[in-house]
Amino acid sequence: MAIEVREVSKRFGDFVALEDVSITVSDGALTALLGPSGSGKSTLLRIIAGLESPDSGEVVIEGNDVTDAPARSRGVGFVFQHYAPFKHMTVHDNVAFGLSVRKRPKDEIRARVEELLGLVRLSGLAGRYPSQLSGGQLQRMALARALAVQPRVLLLDEPFGALDAQVRAELREWLRRLHEEIHVTTIFVTHDQEEAMEVAEQIVVMNAGRIEQAGAPRELYESPRNEFVMSFVGPVNRLGDAFLRPHDIQILPESNGTGTEALVERVVHLGFEVRVELKLHDGRDVWAQVTREVAHELELTEGQILSVRLPAPHVFAR
Amino acid sequence: MSTFAPAQPVTSRLTRTWSGRRRWPLVSAVGATVAAALVLLPLAFLVIQAQQSGWGEVERLLLRHTVVVLLWNTVRLTLACTVLCAVLGVGAAWCVERTALPLRRLWAVALVLPLGIPDFVVGFGWVSLEPGLHGYLAAVMIMTLSLYPLVYLPTRIALASVDAGLEEAARSLGLSSWQTFWRVTLRQVRPAVVGGCLLVTLGLLAEYGAFEIVQYQTFTVAIFTEFKLGFDAVGACALSLVLVLVSAAVLGGERALAGRGRAWRSGSGVRRIAPRVSLGGWAAPVLAGLTALSGLALGVPIGSLVYWMLRGSSSTLPSSSILAAVGHTAEFSAAAAAVSTALAVPVTALAMRHRNRVTLLIERLAYLPMALPGLVIALGLVSFSVRYALALYQSSLELIVAYSILFLPLAVVGVRSAMGQASPRLEEVGRSLGCRPAAVWRRVTLPLIAPGLGAAFALVFISSATELTATLLLRPTGVNTLATQFWSYTTDFSYGAAAPYAALMVAISAVPAYLLSRRMSTLARMRPET
Repeated sequence: MAIEVREVSKRFGDFVALEDVSITVSDGALTALLGPSGSGKSTLLRIIAGLESPDSGEVVIEGNDVTDAPARSRGVGFVFQHYAPFKHMTVHDNVAFGLSVRKRPKDEIRARVEELLGLVRLSGLAGRYPSQLSGGQLQRMALARALAVQPRVLLLDEPFGALDAQVRAELREWLRRLHEEIHVTTIFVTHDQEEAMEVAEQIVVMNAGRIEQAGAPRELYESPRNEFVMSFVGPVNRLGDAFLRPHDIQILPESNGTGTEALVERVVHLGFEVRVELKLHDGRDVWAQVTREVAHELELTEGQILSVRLPAPHVFAR
Repeated sequence: MSTFAPAQPVTSRLTRTWSGRRRWPLVSAVGATVAAALVLLPLAFLVIQAQQSGWGEVERLLLRHTVVVLLWNTVRLTLACTVLCAVLGVGAAWCVERTALPLRRLWAVALVLPLGIPDFVVGFGWVSLEPGLHGYLAAVMIMTLSLYPLVYLPTRIALASVDAGLEEAARSLGLSSWQTFWRVTLRQVRPAVVGGCLLVTLGLLAEYGAFEIVQYQTFTVAIFTEFKLGFDAVGACALSLVLVLVSAAVLGGERALAGRGRAWRSGSGVRRIAPRVSLGGWAAPVLAGLTALSGLALGVPIGSLVYWMLRGSSSTLPSSSILAAVGHTAEFSAAAAAVSTALAVPVTALAMRHRNRVTLLIERLAYLPMALPGLVIALGLVSFSVRYALALYQSSLELIVAYSILFLPLAVVGVRSAMGQASPRLEEVGRSLGCRPAAVWRRVTLPLIAPGLGAAFALVFISSATELTATLLLRPTGVNTLATQFWSYTTDFSYGAAAPYAALMVAISAVPAYLLSRRMSTLARMRPET
């Protein structure tokens, strides 16, 4: 196991940031810490990096207990949401920082920086200052800077949070491919379930300082352990204690007696996806997600009465 | 298959509340403690002096008629000057920032420049031309003309960064433009206006030279007279304690006035820049008003200096004494600037990076000298050195220490704004890339805050170079700075001989006043960093 966190707790004054949190991350895995803001995911990441120390519990990296080790000797690379560029240094010097701290020979540093800038597609910008780069470029520079010292673990705190949607989508894809290429154990923090699903091999869902569930994206989506995970990793309909995914609701051509009768209240076209807001015969509201083709075939219009088949709902013990 | 097997429970460790790497850097702790001790030293010795001469004696001294007169003089002067400065400062700021004023950039700078002329030089400029000028009204006029930029500058910066979106919202809700100004615009810049008024009030309480020139009795004038001419240390200390209490009351009042609510921008989007109002028929009166203000605040003192320099050049000037005064001034000021900046760094670093009750208290203490007139600090140091370190009394070292304490708040402000730019995230990057704390400081923090350290040094240097009151009390016998040499010529009515010294002091502080106004305007227009 590359990283083991055992029963870590952390408070800031009266606020409990983490309570008895334990996770294990296998070698070379790409893992997402997913949760709403204030759930403790960034604190956990900072504790693994050694930027914050836990009140109790242990952090083990590659078999060594590093709980009391300073950040500098943990062999982790850390990337911040707002890039944290050294504004007084060029791109080259930023990336070379960790190497020059380790007093590597000049030639080696130059070669390594060149290689890394190629890897993050910033070749040719070595002489620029951070103020001359875009957000996406700064984030890739920050990544190169973290990778320069060949960390055992790469930690990214909301790495794409400050970027606009298009650059963000591009960088996600790029990060996934980069990870396939260099295979360093990576943990990144995000509050965006889509981002976690798309990039990560494993997801740890956190809420209020605790871990709600950990597993592969598909596993979380298909068998969420509780209400929180169910509603955090995808859209839900709630019928009393039962939870249904909108795309699992099947709309039948007309009220043919096999399903539940429902009134179409609103049809929202979102391109490929069509959202259908329905009132069931017993007065409960649900919405269903269907494709454009299905909506077209059924000739869905507001005020129409038809029949729906509800899936077996998820019911969680309270 | 999930790789997330729940980790094996382990016996919980002892709670780590204070692990090794969170320890205060020792150097910072020592530096900050020294700073706090230095700030408290003069105040402590005023109290000790008063106590040793007996509180009964102090009470007798304080219940004299004079004290009532001094209080009344101080209150009526402070009220008049503060109100006038507020009106002039806010009005001028609004005209420059929000109207299509002709020659806007020129006015923007000209209105700040009086800040670069020491108050006692403004007094000298007026009285040397019009010897009949004295008393209450003269004091109000001269101090208002010297101090209004303290309201004007922050208000203008605040106006420039106000979100016009709020004003538009107010207008859409049916407020007239006048109501919008009162209820929305002014509300947003209120902290800046109140802060400026606080500086004006503290400046008035600390001023000595200008009041001596126009023969207006305030606490500082009385304290100085008691101590220097009456050799009455106890009386001077008693009056100083009253002055400290008045300052404390002012500080308390400011907290109440500034209010707890703060004006925020409504969202994280782009700030709406307010359009400039056309002056229309008001252009001529506004221009006339601004011309009059600048003429009185800037033109008269400068003109007077030029006049006396031209007149004085006929008499033979002992140029060697000017050189000596320049040398001493530079030496004392540079030393004080270095000490203040060096003390401000640990104070600020601890308050910003190791925030807790103790470090915040130390930072608060570092601002304390703002409310302590230079005369009070000087007296405290005198009463300390006379009792416990006679060798220090009237030594260069004592003067340098006095400057360092007096202007520590300026250094802290400068260092603080620089440290604010250096995000703790950057230091964390340094740590995660393998730096020890000392190396992080040297490679990351120091290069980032170096310009701010330079600014702090310059601010303290300029303020020390034009300081008069404490210098008169503490300078080594026979040693003159620009300010004291100017003062001895002025009190002898040798205006021609005094003028070159004043001109040098104006030159020293006008350049930074100009740069400050430029830099502030740029800062106000920059987007806040996330």
